[in-house]
Amino acid sequence: MALPLAVDAAALLPRPFRVQRATRELADTWTLELVPRDGGGAIAFEPGQFNMLYAFGVGESAISISGDPQRPAVLVHTVRAVGAVTRALCGLRRDQTVGVRGPFGAGWPLELASGKDVLVMAGGIGLAPLRPAILDLLARRARFGRVTLLVGARTPDDLLYARQLERWRARFDLDVRVTVDSAGQDWRGEVGVVTKLTGAAQLDPRSATALVCGPEVMMRFAAQALLARGLPPEAIFVSLERNMRCAVGICGHCQFGPEFVCSDGPVFPYARVAALLQTREV
Amino acid sequence: METLDVVLARHEFFRGLKPEYLAFIAGCARHSHATAGQYLFREGDEADRFFAVRKGTVALETFIPQRGAVTVQTVAEGDILGWSWLFPPYRWQFDARAREDVSLTVFDGACLRQKCETDPALGYELMKRLAHVVSERFESARIQLLDIYGAAARS
Repeated sequence: MALPLAVDAAALLPRPFRVQRATRELADTWTLELVPRDGGGAIAFEPGQFNMLYAFGVGESAISISGDPQRPAVLVHTVRAVGAVTRALCGLRRDQTVGVRGPFGAGWPLELASGKDVLVMAGGIGLAPLRPAILDLLARRARFGRVTLLVGARTPDDLLYARQLERWRARFDLDVRVTVDSAGQDWRGEVGVVTKLTGAAQLDPRSATALVCGPEVMMRFAAQALLARGLPPEAIFVSLERNMRCAVGICGHCQFGPEFVCSDGPVFPYARVAALLQTREV
Repeated sequence: METLDVVLARHEFFRGLKPEYLAFIAGCARHSHATAGQYLFREGDEADRFFAVRKGTVALETFIPQRGAVTVQTVAEGDILGWSWLFPPYRWQFDARAREDVSLTVFDGACLRQKCETDPALGYELMKRLAHVVSERFESARIQLLDIYGAAARS
């Protein structure tokens, strides 16, 4: 755990951003495209990092960045309405203002994955924090081995970025497999748990890197499936979620054993957090 | 043309099975094809067959009033389909529909049961493999029951 001796005051002060576009992705999920309102510069970020979004008068919430890291001019966040703050964020419309602090945290280790097969595994809304990593992988495609994207959702209607998934699926250099828990007869993808898809993924388990994001219970099962496939625990990376408040590792709200999820994570090697994930009430 | 036991040896479920066992159970098997949309079996029908999928995808479905047919699982190349042929009352629990043109090896359930009774070592080997598949699917069903994508996650 790295405790900062001093925190840059700017990191605690939200900057005003204007909602340039709000797009409904799913019944309870919106994507916000934000641009600075204060005349300041864009927010450059690493895939996997998050910002603190402040819905004025309601509160602040940690939201992963979902946009293209090569195009930071427009800040993209996909938000699911699960509480008061995220409901307020999902209610924002064009030209309204939101406060932004960030970016924070450690992102996906794409440099470490260079030259290797990469498996990206997303469950539900977990595709949102992985989207910048996928876009970055595709932008620098020649630097990686085989790239596989496995996506799981409840039903076809719960699939995030469905159109983009279709475009990605059309590529010859990306193997995209999508599964849902149940579906009607018009669904052409697979039906079953996302962890089962790991068996069909084309990769060399001795050198592959896996990036996993979804609800914690899904990541636990996913990690077990990847370990069974032969990946070492240090090659599996998971993005954790805890109650982030300060986002700079001082308040302790997101403390997870010896780790501060906001500043040591949110992306961790599975080897580092495996025991904690098995520990109840951490 | 390849004999059935040679084709079976390449299927994931039968991989590594002794050649004499493969030859023995091939006597209960035949190649089959189903066209897209065709039902391999229907819920409640007599479960007298066991399928090894060689190519294509099959949807396991059930019908829900007001909602229609719902797919609960898909099985694909290398998977097996059906274990209701093993246990009385030998009735299918779901519908199985070919989602595309499908190539299968179909076993006569009664014949296969008889062979397992005749040669308990073969029976034990096949039951171990079936138990492994059943346990995997049971685990998958448990995970599906957990509704793992519905849990709160940072968006």
